[in-house]
Amino acid sequence: MITRVLVANRGEIARRVFRTCRDLGIGTVAVYSDADADSPHRAEADRAVRLPGSAPADTYLRADLLIAAARAAGADAVHPGYGFLSENAEFAQAVLDAGLTWIGPPPAAIAAMGSKVAAKKLMADAGVPVLPELDPGAVADSDLPVLVKASAGGGGRGMRVVRTLAELPAALDAARAEAASAFGDPTVFCEPYIEVGRHLEVQVLADAHGTVWSLGERECSLQRRHQKIVEETPSPMVDDRLRGELSAAAVAAAKAIDYVGAGTVEFLARNDGSFWFLETNTRLQVEHPVTECVTGLDLVAAQLRIAAGERLPAAPPEPRGAAIEVRLYAEDPARDWRPTGGTVRRFAVPGVTAEFDVPPRPGIRLDAGVADGTPVGMAYDPMLAKVIGWAPTREEAAARLAAALAGARVHGMTTNRDLLVRTLRHPEFLAGRTDTAFFDRIGLGQLASPLAGPDEVRLAALAAALAGAATRRRDARVLGGLPSGWRNVPSPAAAGGVRRGGADRRGGLPVHP
Amino acid sequence: MTVVRSVLDPTSAEFAANREAVLAALTELDAEHAKALAGGGAKAVARHRSRGKLLPRERIELLLDPDSPFLELSPLAAWGTEFAVGASVVTGIGVVEDVESVVIANDPTVRGGASNPWTLKKSLRALQIARENRLPVIQLVESGGADLPTQKEIFIPGGQLFRDLTRLSAAGIPTIALVFGNSTAGGAYVPGMSDHVVLVDGGAKVFLGGPPLVRMATGEIADEEELGGAAMHGRVSGLADHVASDEQDAIRIGRRIVARLNWRKRGPAPLPSLPPRYPEEDLVGIVGPDLSRPFDPRDVLARVVDDSDVDEVKPRYGPSLVTAWARIHGHPVGILANAQGVLFSQEAQKAAQFIQLANQTDTPLVFLHNTTGYMVGREYEQGGIIKHGAMMINAVANSRVPHLSVLLGASYGAGHYGMCGRAYDPRFLFAWPTAKSAVMGPAQLAGVLSIVSRAAAEARGTPFDEEGDTAMRAAVEAQIEAESLPAFLSGRVYDDGVIDPRDTRTVLGLCLSAIANGPIEGVGSGRGDAGFGVFRM
Repeated sequence: MITRVLVANRGEIARRVFRTCRDLGIGTVAVYSDADADSPHRAEADRAVRLPGSAPADTYLRADLLIAAARAAGADAVHPGYGFLSENAEFAQAVLDAGLTWIGPPPAAIAAMGSKVAAKKLMADAGVPVLPELDPGAVADSDLPVLVKASAGGGGRGMRVVRTLAELPAALDAARAEAASAFGDPTVFCEPYIEVGRHLEVQVLADAHGTVWSLGERECSLQRRHQKIVEETPSPMVDDRLRGELSAAAVAAAKAIDYVGAGTVEFLARNDGSFWFLETNTRLQVEHPVTECVTGLDLVAAQLRIAAGERLPAAPPEPRGAAIEVRLYAEDPARDWRPTGGTVRRFAVPGVTAEFDVPPRPGIRLDAGVADGTPVGMAYDPMLAKVIGWAPTREEAAARLAAALAGARVHGMTTNRDLLVRTLRHPEFLAGRTDTAFFDRIGLGQLASPLAGPDEVRLAALAAALAGAATRRRDARVLGGLPSGWRNVPSPAAAGGVRRGGADRRGGLPVHP
Repeated sequence: MTVVRSVLDPTSAEFAANREAVLAALTELDAEHAKALAGGGAKAVARHRSRGKLLPRERIELLLDPDSPFLELSPLAAWGTEFAVGASVVTGIGVVEDVESVVIANDPTVRGGASNPWTLKKSLRALQIARENRLPVIQLVESGGADLPTQKEIFIPGGQLFRDLTRLSAAGIPTIALVFGNSTAGGAYVPGMSDHVVLVDGGAKVFLGGPPLVRMATGEIADEEELGGAAMHGRVSGLADHVASDEQDAIRIGRRIVARLNWRKRGPAPLPSLPPRYPEEDLVGIVGPDLSRPFDPRDVLARVVDDSDVDEVKPRYGPSLVTAWARIHGHPVGILANAQGVLFSQEAQKAAQFIQLANQTDTPLVFLHNTTGYMVGREYEQGGIIKHGAMMINAVANSRVPHLSVLLGASYGAGHYGMCGRAYDPRFLFAWPTAKSAVMGPAQLAGVLSIVSRAAAEARGTPFDEEGDTAMRAAVEAQIEAESLPAFLSGRVYDDGVIDPRDTRTVLGLCLSAIANGPIEGVGSGRGDAGFGVFRM
């Protein structure tokens, strides 16, 4: 019986887990670094424990502190979220050793999959197609291009594409350093790099009694720097036959390691339907909401129930409609995806019908890590929120999601919002041609260009100036009721400045009369 | 609440004609204001700018809180004189760090910002406003001192400037001097007498005697920086509290000084207010060029007071004068407004009683002038019009609540006094552009002169020069007409400015708020020592 869950994570995924806990009457414990002291996830939890410092290595990667926090706060279970220690078998074991419930697969399953090199071997033995693994020290010209990957990694951290042998040593060094910093393990390996592929993954859910569900595929081919940006289900390239093959492979993979809980088996596919096993993510995925929308399941609730030993029904629910998720990032795609950061002044997405939950009927779901006033620093992943559109058809989901994003008020920093809207409205996307080369093929020049044209920018600057004046009038302690900028004799124009992105826009406003 | 019903018809031909006349007068007014704005002319402005200096109105704009209102005072001072319109100084009431302040800025583009008699008069008026209404004073100083050719008009009375400054300080009213340029000889006492002094490094020069004078007086050779530079005063003499790196920095420091004044208004805070229910825009169509045509002041009230909510007192008694309670921008006021031009005994007594009532309740009074004066004639003299007029003037003169006067139309004769003309010290007095003020109407005055000279000719038994009389009447009428006009009166600083009728509510609201920096107390109010109760007349 789980009564209080500590989420060893931050941001939107912590809030996501808390939502389910609240719905199940389970208490919640947050941990927060100093950089996250003002984050909504801290405020929302029943209890919160500070992790001094801000660097991940000092905070969210400190298994000892996390377990101490769980004890101090009276938690009896730990949910790792994604990233950080979510796929760290030692942490999972430490949680169990502390007498707490681990909401995730058994440490052995994590360990089996944690090493990507070993995992591929295991899968190959189970008859799942895999890409050959290359020894970083023995890569030849004919192997190029290759992808350097962190063995313990995920989420694109530590990944490098190498096209010439000369680049390889530096790429290996950088990948090792990044892997060590992000996952605490510098091991890297190489595999052939498929230039134009499709990233497909299958959500599996396994109970401790031998039932393994495949909940269908997600396509996550639209990525920047191996970081997914747009994820959807079903994939426009997957037909029933391919779906059957992928599901069978995924279920086989899960069974091969006695998997328990929610997991994801990732594949790289070509448009012709050939595919290879990439890795298994032994945790909840960032993009799990699209699967939740079409299946109506609450995957976190399922994790909790499985952790408590409950059985899954024999067959999973039938999916309904299509769901697309986009990740809203505090980054500027037009400037090489540079993280922006700052303070979120205003965050509002119109038409949201559910938060951290499946909408009661097709609509917009929002899983946000930020709220009005949340500071967004450089310490962590710059994802602000996930916005999910769910509709009877893929076209409707894309249109609805694009409209919600275009109408969103995200003030205070540059984001990738405009890129997301342009992507969702792009004919190539709508035609389902969403391979990994999508952004390079269409070009960021087009996709990242601002939705607001010069007229909108000028009007926005005017609106900002007028709103500023109105605010100052409202807050004036004397004469606030008089007309703004009133003069009985003409005076020089008042000047003000408005900053948009990095550019200053100054304008003069004529003052009465 | 009692919403006043306005009978004005904005679609009528009369309204259109009035509007046209008022807009034409406003266009003329703009042309006169433009002269003040032009300062010393394009060349002088360019020279001033070439030194990296800001114009006085630019300094003011930087000083004021963004988007706050600014009421410039006496902008037409020196109109009709040999001196530049505006009198080489800009004065006004503005908001700095949420503190209503009197701002006085020399215009160095007009003959180096030298003070002429009108500069003095305008500046002293601004200081009077500061004193009466308890408003901090911020002076933006850059003046070459006295205009030497007219020194005889300013040297002796000019001492009042420094006296007033220190008396303001003694009264607890802060005085701040931001010195941008010359402030020498007598001018050195402007920073000298101020509570807070900021000098701009490289710009301010503050000394009693410059290098030539020192050399003449003592033979000493010294440069301007040694005698009066900002750095010297900041480090050596201690005259400067702050040395600013440039003009903007001086203004920034000035704002910080005001922010630290711990300023608290002593008067009541305004109540929430609603705009009038009738458009202020219509105010240009009420008074026409022919002041002998009466208008209903309720049409004005309906467009000036909060929510057009007016409670009249004695509406059926003395109907030529409307007396009413209302609010303007949340400030309670009693209003006296002429309705038919002439003040009879009833109106005079009604006014006297109403003024006493306002003093009972600490309510400021607003006088809206459109009067040809007290009624004359056998019946009225025998009915005691002098006694009754005297009651009204007595009440106005001894009332202690703040008074505001606006000349809407005519303001002639003793009616000007009874309605709190300039000599009765209203806190503020403004005129609409078509208003007139004189001892009587130009035609009446010329006619009186004609009758008197005709009688004199008869008495002497000499023939009366009809042709000469016609010419005299025309000349006198033209002269009086010219001298009754608001620009003329404003030029002599007999009012605080000519305003666009559509700004009446804004101007009154700003003034009432400024007034509330000081306590608002009527005769005997709250102390119970008025001596008598309100006389029912």
